[in-house]
Amino acid sequence: MADTVVKTEQQPAEVATAERTRSGQTYSPRFDIVETADELVLMGDLPGVSPESLDVQFENNVLTIVGKVEPRYRDVNLLYAEYGIGDFFRQFTIGETIDASRISAELHNGVLTLHLPKTEAVKPRRIEIKAV
Amino acid sequence: MLSTRWQPRSIWSEMNRLREEMERAFGGADLRRFDTYVFPPLNLWEDDNNLYVEAELPGFELSDLEIYVNGDNQLVLKGERKPPQIEGGTWHRQERGYGSFNRMVELPEHVDPDKVAAEFKNGVLTITLPKREEAKPRRIEVKAS
Repeated sequence: MADTVVKTEQQPAEVATAERTRSGQTYSPRFDIVETADELVLMGDLPGVSPESLDVQFENNVLTIVGKVEPRYRDVNLLYAEYGIGDFFRQFTIGETIDASRISAELHNGVLTLHLPKTEAVKPRRIEIKAV
Repeated sequence: MLSTRWQPRSIWSEMNRLREEMERAFGGADLRRFDTYVFPPLNLWEDDNNLYVEAELPGFELSDLEIYVNGDNQLVLKGERKPPQIEGGTWHRQERGYGSFNRMVELPEHVDPDKVAAEFKNGVLTITLPKREEAKPRRIEVKAS
C-alpha cells in the first residue's frame, strides 16, 4: 500500500490564508509524523501554548495548526535573548483517506499529539490464504 | 565542563532561527553538529529583585528536569526528553530532537541559591532567582547642600 501523502503546504507568500492581522513574529513548529496501519500520528512542539489558545482545523484535506502565544513578559529589561516568542502556524496537506470525524488531539507539556484515523476503506487488510 | 558564557543578545536568537530556517531549506538536515548549538536556548531578564531565566522545553516532564545553582552565580540545567513510544509505523518526518542535555550558564548577578524557584507550564520552564542584597540596585539620595 502506498503511504498516505503528507507534505508541507508550500503556497506562495501572497496566499491570504497565512496572512495575519496581529503583529509579531510567527514560528513554524517542528513536527514528527508517523504513519501506522490505522492512523497518522503528528507530534508537534508548541511551547507556551495552552489548550485554550490552540486551534486545530481539518478542512478540504488541509490540516491547520494555529497556536497563539501571549507575550510572557512585557516591558522587561531583557538582558539576553536566545530565542523569540511568537505564535505558531503550520499547515499540512493530508491525503484523502482520513476519517475527519474521529480526529483527536491532546496537548501535554507543550507537545501537541494529533491522531488522524484512516478511513476503513484504506486500512490495510490481511488477506487470508487458503490452502487448497 | 565548560561554562557557557552569555552571548550578546540578538546574535544567538538570530543564529538559532537562521539555522532552523537553513535546516528546513536543506530538507531537514541536522546542522547542529556543525556549529556550537546550545540547548536549550535561554532568555534572561531582570527586575530590581530577581533574575528570571526562561527555556522552552516542550515534551519534558518535570521529573526529567534538574536545576542546580552552583555558588551564587552559576546555573545548571539538566534534562532528558524521551522519544515517543510508537510501535512500528513509518516515519514521514522527524524534526524534533530527543536525548539529554546539560547546560551551564554564568549569571550576570549574584543570586541567593536557597530561594530559587522554578515553574513549568505548557512546556515552558521559568526560573526565578532572587538577587543577593548587594546586587540589588540602590537609590542614592542626593542631598541638596
